[in-house]
Formats: sequence, C-alpha cells, structure tokens
Amino acid sequence: MIEWFTLVQVAVACAAGLLCVVLGLAGRTPADITNGATALVEVLLIGQLVVAIVAPLTGNTPTGSSLEFWVYLVTALLLPALAIFWGLVERNRWSTVILGVACFAVAVMVFRMHQIWFVQLA
Amino acid sequence: MTTTTPRRSGGLGRVLIAVYGLLALAATGRSVYQILSEFDHAPLAYSLSALAGVVYIVATIALLAPGDTWYRVAWVTISFELVGVLVVGLLSVLDPILFTEKAVWSFFGRGYAFVPLVLPILGMLWLYRHRPRPATADAPTVVPAGTV
Repeated sequence: MIEWFTLVQVAVACAAGLLCVVLGLAGRTPADITNGATALVEVLLIGQLVVAIVAPLTGNTPTGSSLEFWVYLVTALLLPALAIFWGLVERNRWSTVILGVACFAVAVMVFRMHQIWFVQLA
Repeated sequence: MTTTTPRRSGGLGRVLIAVYGLLALAATGRSVYQILSEFDHAPLAYSLSALAGVVYIVATIALLAPGDTWYRVAWVTISFELVGVLVVGLLSVLDPILFTEKAVWSFFGRGYAFVPLVLPILGMLWLYRHRPRPATADAPTVVPAGTV
C-alpha cells in the first residue's frame, strides 16, 4: 500500500460522496457528473487493487492481517459498481444520494485498509 | 379488517435501506472475520456483533419487502437493534474490559461512527410514518417514489 495514494483516495471518495449527497438532496437524478465521480472512486480502487498485488512482491507487506485487508478491498470494489447500477435501474434523486453513501463507505473502508496495512495498536 | 400498508421502500426509504444494507454487510463481515481469527479476545462481544449483523440483514429485508407481516418484522428487528446498542453501549462504558471497541454495539457504536445508534431511531420514525392504515380510508396514502 502506498500511503500518499491511499490518502488521496480517501480525499477523492469523501469529495465524491459530498458532491453526490448534495446534488441528490438538491433533486438531481444520477447524471454524468455524479456517476463519473463514483466511477473515479472505483477506478482508484482498481489502482489500489493493483498496488495491493504488486506491493508485497517488492517487500511492502501489510503489518496487520492480509486476509482482513483483502475482505475490505474486495467488498469496497463492489460498492460503487452496485450504486451506479442501482442509479441506472431507478432514476430518482435518492439514487444520487445512494451514490454518495457508497462513496463515503468506500472512504471509511480505505481508511480501515490503511490502518490494517500501516498501523497496529495493541 | 384488512389494512393497507404503504410502501416502505420508496423515496428516502431507499437511502435508509441502502445504509441498513451497508451496516448489515459491515457488521456481519467483520464479526465473521473476528470470530474466525481472534474469537478468544472477546467472545461475548464478537458473538453479539454477529447476532447484530444477522438482525441487520433481516431488518434490511423487512424494510424492502411489502406487507403487514414484514412491517411487524421490521419493528421487532429495529427495536432489537436499539435495545442492543443501548444495553451493550451502557455495559461497555461501565465495564470496558467486557466489550472490545471493535464490536458493533460497544460504546454506543463508536467504532461505526455511531451509525448503529442513529439508524434504529431513523428506522422507527420511518416505520411510524408508513404505518398500516385501514383499507376503508378514502385515498391510499402511497407516496410515489421520488416525491418525498
């Protein structure tokens, strides 16, 4: 795991989450900007997937449980895709809010992944 | 007397259900991992987390599914969650050794940004606003999705 990439990813996911929740509450249905922001979160997660595969080969291994790390990563990868799919099926403002909820959930999960990789308390 | 139960899964309810689904996923997934890998650390807390996760799954389904029976199931499961988070939250404050921070209900759900504490209350408000009404009422109170 690369620390700066992970922190950028958390920031982007929070920004995308805020954008989607605000536009959703303002009454917008899912559109290119909100779907795009959520897709960007997904693309960064795929980047994280590549890093998580390559990093251990270069000696950069998680300090915590790699099983727990992978459960988080795989689950996080599913969320933006599911939320975008939901928004395509049901076209109303709440689907935009749900895009935002998915982005925030990804932000929390990436933060947890960061803790598992770098920080071990107790 | 027959009753009509307004659809609970429309509009803002969609967001509520999505958040319930996420919490169900988070609580179940994490507690299964904890039970498999470090059950001895806090057997009671992890078992309760797993139970909470399963109840969140049932609550998510009950909010999604139409009908009077599921309405009652939703009330039972959501009440169970509120009681759970309040009792375990209180116990964990009184005796921090008993419950680890990493369980769903410990410290009123602090490890989960207090979502487990807030969500049942929002769920109950939502259920109350969408309670069954007599079928003889002149107009159905079903609110079209997207207008709430």
